[in-house]
Amino acid sequence: MKETIHSSQILVCGGTGCISSGCEEVKNALEDELNKNNLSEEIKLVQTGCHGFCEKGPIVITYPDGVFYCEIKPEDIEEIVTEHIKENNIVERLLYQDPISKEKIANYKEIDFYKKQQQIALINCGYIDPLEIDDYKKQDGYLGLKKALTELEPEEVVQEVKESGLRGRGGGGFPTGLKWQFARDAQGDKKYVICNADEGDPGAFMDRSLLESDPHRIIEGMVINAYAIGADEGYVYVRAEYPLAIERLQRAIEQANEEGVLGENIFGSNFSFELHIKAGAGAFVCGEETALMASIEGERGMPRPRPPFPAQKGLWGKPSNINNVETLANVPYIILEGAEAFNSIGTENSKGTKVFALTGKINNTGLVEVPMGISMQEIIYDIGGGISDGKEFKAVQIGGPSGGCLPEDKLELPIDYDSLIEAGAMMGSGGLVVMDEDTCMVDVASFFLDFTQSESCGKCTPCREGTRLMLKILNRITAGEGQAGDIERLERLSYNIKDTSLCGLGQTAPNPVLSTLKYFRDEYEAHIQQRKCPGGVCPELLGDFKIDAEACVGCTSCKDACPVEAIAGAKKEAHRIRSEVCIACENCVDECPVDAIFRE
Amino acid sequence: MNCTCEENREKYFAPLKEILKQYEGTQKDLIPVLQNSQEEYGYLPAEVLAEIAAGLNLPFSRVYGVVTFYSQFHLEPRGENIIRICMGTACHVRGGTKILEKFKKELDIEANETTEDLKFTMESVACIGACGLAPVIMVNDNTHGRLVPDDVPEIITQYA
Repeated sequence: MKETIHSSQILVCGGTGCISSGCEEVKNALEDELNKNNLSEEIKLVQTGCHGFCEKGPIVITYPDGVFYCEIKPEDIEEIVTEHIKENNIVERLLYQDPISKEKIANYKEIDFYKKQQQIALINCGYIDPLEIDDYKKQDGYLGLKKALTELEPEEVVQEVKESGLRGRGGGGFPTGLKWQFARDAQGDKKYVICNADEGDPGAFMDRSLLESDPHRIIEGMVINAYAIGADEGYVYVRAEYPLAIERLQRAIEQANEEGVLGENIFGSNFSFELHIKAGAGAFVCGEETALMASIEGERGMPRPRPPFPAQKGLWGKPSNINNVETLANVPYIILEGAEAFNSIGTENSKGTKVFALTGKINNTGLVEVPMGISMQEIIYDIGGGISDGKEFKAVQIGGPSGGCLPEDKLELPIDYDSLIEAGAMMGSGGLVVMDEDTCMVDVASFFLDFTQSESCGKCTPCREGTRLMLKILNRITAGEGQAGDIERLERLSYNIKDTSLCGLGQTAPNPVLSTLKYFRDEYEAHIQQRKCPGGVCPELLGDFKIDAEACVGCTSCKDACPVEAIAGAKKEAHRIRSEVCIACENCVDECPVDAIFRE
Repeated sequence: MNCTCEENREKYFAPLKEILKQYEGTQKDLIPVLQNSQEEYGYLPAEVLAEIAAGLNLPFSRVYGVVTFYSQFHLEPRGENIIRICMGTACHVRGGTKILEKFKKELDIEANETTEDLKFTMESVACIGACGLAPVIMVNDNTHGRLVPDDVPEIITQYA
């Protein structure tokens, strides 16, 4: 971390997560309070992008002392200003409390969630104002680009990226330097670079946060990329669902053009580069590179057979180089600090760090950046604070619809591209969804198949028809109508679809099924043979609704809510449900004030 | 569009003409033109699509093909407020389905339908990328997170 930008400042997180938790009101209250106390000159109020710890938003951090206040409401602001800012007394009650030791922690670097992180891509996120190019420049922003343009030949830039060992962060993990080399070697007077910001994997939001929090880093990465391969025009393809990211990136591009780090003769060199934004229109398959290019061209976003690869014939038939947002976020660091600084981190074949989106049944949800090779155990328990509500861990889903579910005995595995594939999952974009004992793994598999089936573009038969068939079988199993041989049918279909689909969507679509079959086969068998759902999720396989007579307070709320008069019992006495009448509408469950209604 | 007389027609298409003017008029502009037109008209009626096809010099079938490929485009009128209920993985394991069920019950419509008074359109969508706040929904451009079914009626009142 570089020196603080102002001697004293207050940061308010303004990522999408915190905005929905009410950070705008907090920021306005802070502004008013600082004005009221004549402090607005002295202390700079900065609305940053995402600070990662979405669980605890809105987040307020004071500098230079780095005190971390969480779950802040507008009414807390007066106390922060009068006590902390004016009197230098930390407001104890608003500090983060460690969920295990119950200790209050003031400095955010001492909080477990941040302690084990090592940040390269996210280094500025939550620290600088994404709308100010000067903030970025003060953090050595655009110096990597300057170095590339003034000291290095394009070939040397490619070489540096190759030596860094950087691999594509969007899913496949292809070596980035090699991909750049292919595009550099391609013949043609017109070439394009493209940034893939069509982050569609459910459970992943690192690209969104990067664009919202540090858009200039992506621009810098792209200009370096363009210089290296010899492109003069580029596109950032952003999901339509990310309006704030588009808005901030647009602003950053305008500033970069004004400052001469984008546009004609960058840094006084004879290199020029023009950058555009393309907003997607809601199609998951457009995250696939050839489909994405078809979409930029204004076509239906359907994948094209490869070869020819984009490096030879990409956008409008010209050589093109396409990189993911997080990949590009690492590039300025690699060029400025050198390949060695980067490849000294990580494992043998996976260098550097990886950003994970930690979500699901876990205490600390948010974005974390860790060195490659760290274990899942450390991410989930040390950083993530363990499973929420005191439940038992069951599985962690990694890599979205292309990835897989790993059980408890795989938690010690050092995470890198190759170890995950070996275990039956994949890095994917880095979504980590933690699941507890109340999760049904067959339901999870069918959830993903439902997703890939509806997002299949329909161009190739194995993906279009195969995922539909698999989903049909999975739905039959969760409905309690599974047949003998269904597991084998699923396996056979999976391998056929993997081997014969045109693009990555189909080739990886069966992964969630295969990995759950590998590690949780007993749950499939329980559904098919015993007609039972061990996770207690599949409605058709659950028992009758019952009222716990001990807990029931006899308030009659359930009786009033029942549309078929299936509940009997006098006021102030325990009620009971007549299962032969009950239609399992769950109205009573919603109404019960003491949660006495359960399902066997 | 109920009236077909020339003057009304001109008035109706005036905003679309403005949109088309901003672009070079080739296939690569089709998606942005559709996005801006939908913003203007609320949805994409057949007359608008025909006009776009003419403006960009494309066959109508090509325009229709693109519109029906992307989930963002709509051929039917939409509600004043768009409720998007996230069905992503994180929301799924944190009870997103229960939120959807509650909305269905309260609004008395199914997913991807519009209420009769055209106040609300409800969609179930794949991940909206705010997984830290699961289960989460978006109403128009506002995100509401960490929901329980009991929060639903209040959210609806807020926008009704």
